[in-house]
Amino acid sequence: METTKLPPTSPSSPTTGFSVPSAEKVDGFPRRSMRRARQRRSHSSSQFRYQSSQVELTPLPLLKDAPVAELHNLFCKKLQQCCVLFDFLDCVADLKGKEIKRAALNELVESVATSRGVLIEPLYPEAIKMISVNIFRTLPPSENPEFDPEEDEPTLEASWPHLQLVYEFFLRFLESPDFQPSMAKRYVDQKFVLQLLELFDSEDPREREYLKTILHRVYGKLLGLRAYIRKQINNIFLRFIYETEHFNGVAELLEILGSIINGFALPLKSEHKQFLVRVLIPLHTAKSLSIFHAQLAYCVVQFMEKDATVTEYIIRGLLKYWPKTCTQKEVMFLGEIEEILDVIEPSQFIRVQEPLFKQITACISSPHFQVAERALYFWNNEYILSLIEENSQVILPLVFTTLYRVSKEHWNQTIVSLIYNVLKTFMEMNSKLFDDLTASYKVDKQKELKRERERAELWRGLEEQKERRLQTLGETSRNQKNLQERGEPPQPSSPQTTLPKQPDLKPSGPSSTT
Amino acid sequence: MQHKSKMAGADGDDSLYPIAVLIDELRNEDVQLRLNSIKKLSTIALALGVERTRTELLPFLTDTIYDEDEVLLALAEQLGNFTMLVGGPEYVHCLLPPLESLATVEETVVRDKAVESLRKISQEHSPVDLEVHFEPLVKRLASGDWFTSRTSACGLFSVCYPRVSSTVKAEIRQHFRTLCSDDTPMVRRAAASKLGEFAKVLELDYVKSDIISLFTALASDEQDSVRLLAVEACVSIATLLPQEDLETLVMPTLRQAAEDKSWRVRYMVADKFSELQKAVGPEITKNDLVPAFQNLLKDCEAEVRAAAANKVKEFCENLPEDSRETIIMTHILPCVKELVSDTNQHVKSALASVIMGLSTILGKDNTVEHLLPLFLAQLKDECPEVRLNIISNLDCVNEVIGIRQLSQSLLPAIVELAEDAKWRVRLAIIEYMPLLAGQLGVEFFDEKLNTLCMAWLIDHVYAIREAATCNLMKLVEKFGAEWAQNTIVPKVLGMANDPNYLHRMTTLFCINALSEVCGQDITTKQMLPVVLKMSNDQVANVRFNVAKSLQKIGPVLDSNALQTEVKPVLEKLDTDTDMDVKYFAQEAISGKYTTLSIFFLYEVASLGPRSLLVVLVLCQTHRSTMCPAECVSQCER
Repeated sequence: METTKLPPTSPSSPTTGFSVPSAEKVDGFPRRSMRRARQRRSHSSSQFRYQSSQVELTPLPLLKDAPVAELHNLFCKKLQQCCVLFDFLDCVADLKGKEIKRAALNELVESVATSRGVLIEPLYPEAIKMISVNIFRTLPPSENPEFDPEEDEPTLEASWPHLQLVYEFFLRFLESPDFQPSMAKRYVDQKFVLQLLELFDSEDPREREYLKTILHRVYGKLLGLRAYIRKQINNIFLRFIYETEHFNGVAELLEILGSIINGFALPLKSEHKQFLVRVLIPLHTAKSLSIFHAQLAYCVVQFMEKDATVTEYIIRGLLKYWPKTCTQKEVMFLGEIEEILDVIEPSQFIRVQEPLFKQITACISSPHFQVAERALYFWNNEYILSLIEENSQVILPLVFTTLYRVSKEHWNQTIVSLIYNVLKTFMEMNSKLFDDLTASYKVDKQKELKRERERAELWRGLEEQKERRLQTLGETSRNQKNLQERGEPPQPSSPQTTLPKQPDLKPSGPSSTT
Repeated sequence: MQHKSKMAGADGDDSLYPIAVLIDELRNEDVQLRLNSIKKLSTIALALGVERTRTELLPFLTDTIYDEDEVLLALAEQLGNFTMLVGGPEYVHCLLPPLESLATVEETVVRDKAVESLRKISQEHSPVDLEVHFEPLVKRLASGDWFTSRTSACGLFSVCYPRVSSTVKAEIRQHFRTLCSDDTPMVRRAAASKLGEFAKVLELDYVKSDIISLFTALASDEQDSVRLLAVEACVSIATLLPQEDLETLVMPTLRQAAEDKSWRVRYMVADKFSELQKAVGPEITKNDLVPAFQNLLKDCEAEVRAAAANKVKEFCENLPEDSRETIIMTHILPCVKELVSDTNQHVKSALASVIMGLSTILGKDNTVEHLLPLFLAQLKDECPEVRLNIISNLDCVNEVIGIRQLSQSLLPAIVELAEDAKWRVRLAIIEYMPLLAGQLGVEFFDEKLNTLCMAWLIDHVYAIREAATCNLMKLVEKFGAEWAQNTIVPKVLGMANDPNYLHRMTTLFCINALSEVCGQDITTKQMLPVVLKMSNDQVANVRFNVAKSLQKIGPVLDSNALQTEVKPVLEKLDTDTDMDVKYFAQEAISGKYTTLSIFFLYEVASLGPRSLLVVLVLCQTHRSTMCPAECVSQCER
């Protein structure tokens, strides 16, 4: 699992290629943050509200000047000092205190990162307490209730000048060569991790970037928490998929999972397979798929590369959740399918080729040219082409009718010419079958029409029978009523006894008694 | 015995439809066709008869539940109405296996629908069947290994609990307890949301012994999404308990929720405040809820303040009468005053939508002294929504102090809103005009507001012009035809000569709206000539609107005017060069046959082949209702 794609040191200069905006880009949004500050100036944040009476901070001596004997004591005092929170929405309040805390945090970061032997056992609870007090808070309501991560600018965390240093400290703390997981695990416990995971919902991309690296370190170093972390991420995803459809940190969590999956032992445990089938695949249904699709597809392909037998689950799952109306998502699905086909084993391909190529055919006949084009590009992929060639006996009959029809009907000339190329490829692949199919095209079409007529006939018959039957039932109940009125008991052997309340059937069909 | 053989006959033709054919339909490759088939499942069941539905169709459905969620949703819904199709209540338990599978699927809407259907058919089970078939299903779901089935189980406890034996009841309670402390937050959320419902069917002793501890645990769950659901349950639980137990059993938890560190929980408390207030009664309200409410009104999150502000009026209304005024004046009003100048516009507009209601509670003197300054401040608020909310609730104040007190401030506010750059704001203020006019009286209106109402008629947004015409109609309803004749009709008719064709059309739209309320006299003498004259307009849109107007005002006119004035004009328009004008002229002519005499229709029919066609179509569509037989025979020729 240590084969990680995450930056080795601080994420303040992110090197990953994923969509998280860099700090520079974030700073390019001054207007939004100004507006936010103006709107909310007189309100302290949720976190600040629970700070009891404000403490006046006094500067402590510098850590680097402290005698060795005093060092730990001073370190501890600085940690305690950093537990004081400030109101950042009022940007002029207590500037002196803010500066003292900032300086202290800087020193702590520096000290943990560079000097050895600082992290001794008594400091662990103090450090974790300082971190918890600062970072754990109920995230404020989004300023924009219909926040669209793709369109809107995120609301930035006002207290970031301190928060960033706290995160930096936490990260250095975890990465320090002196860090002892056996000591840390008493304080970095399940409750701590749960709160850490909740913070991934932060709208501020800088915060999520830190959280990602930190969680990854925690996962790497504290083995006892691994299963718990995976389970809680599952819960977050399930809530996201089936309940709220809103969580800002899906992409970051998936990025961590990408490297976790990479480290799974073989054979895959059923817990992991369940995660794939019941969490990762349904994640494809999310409205905001485009934000985390790259990370999601990476995870899915990781699973396949680990264990080829999950291929069928994956493909059938994607086909089940195939977008019905959103063409933008359809293009993403096709992209993912191509990524999958790139690494698919031929034996697995055979198992899914039929349903898969039915879907691909449906995409080719999409009136949206980008969807059709994306599907037709599969024929430019040499590996996929070789798979198709090996199985042309099965695939060609599946796609032929549609290709033939769409080549005559599609409004977009690019699509038409792409289809001609595909047809040409097929002709070269298997000319005998191609000729047969061309010859039988008309007959097949006729057959299809006939089947269609038969269906219509069947349903007409069924409807008629339904009415007849309802009528009979109506008469029966009338007769029954007549019999009862004449004082005779109803025939015990007659079938109507199984249907004692005929009039109740009325709403389900045309009126039966008139 | 005749009917018996008939039934046998009906059964006999089952063989026409072997189950395989029907199942093929349910398996069709095309999702849409499959969906259509599932939606007509009752037809299939009816074709098969009750016995084969039970023995063949249902097992098939149970075995093959792996499909598109949309199909499953339709299936879950269908099965809730299937009792008669499987042979009535005595066989209803046959429906349980497929619904059980549906209650375990991932997709929430499918699962919810399955639970809904299960709840429905649970009522059709006999008590014995409920214990033999239904309750075991609930238990299986409650102990399922994936969260979906346990979530579904939460919704089923309350429907079977009242009708089972005490041993089974104990088991159900145990299962519910387990789910309340489930490992997954999804299940705890489901349990928390059903806690109130379940408490209602429990015996009071168990409410005290079981529910309270569950409630307390859920209300201090580690996830705020669970805690906030406990607030909802709090209302039901507090309603069930006797007053003397509330303080010890419910209040500690409620107090804690009102000060929860998560704003979502506090929001929920604010949102449910009136219900909570009713549930805990007047004494606790005085001692506990008043300070809690003050805190919510001063909350640091705008969402919470807005939710609380929305409840100000209801909360005050429901305060115990003996101390109501004191509490409002000393505790609530100071917070309200602060909210008037809140930094968040949602908070202000939430307050503005209820604040006027306080005047009826506080009476005249307090309103003038304390509330009036607040109303005036809000009328000058920078946010139009706040001003609108005040204006739309003026009737409450009118009852107490009369609107005159406000009119000096009201007018600038109205004028400003009437000219707001956002057309939706203008639209909103127009909608309150009739109400305002009623309260301010006709003189004030004529003097100050009439010009505004006329200005809206030439607004550049169509929606505003449309609303303005509708507004005129309502004003005439209020002030009468005579007032209309003197003030607005001349101005409206004057616009018929406007160089802008859109304004000329507005004249027509106004006439459409006003003819009925103004009555036959004004319509015939003043409006009709203008309309007829406009049939010569050079813009085709105006001309076909003339045709439409004539159709519209036709019922108000007398038959003489129709014959001598309207008919010739419509006939002329029927020969117009523009296609649309012709079309609407024909529409108008044919639309008239209900009001005109048969003879007119005859005449139209004899105008030529095209008009004949119109009458013919008309006769066909109306044959059953009122087309005279003579006319039909004429047309058939």
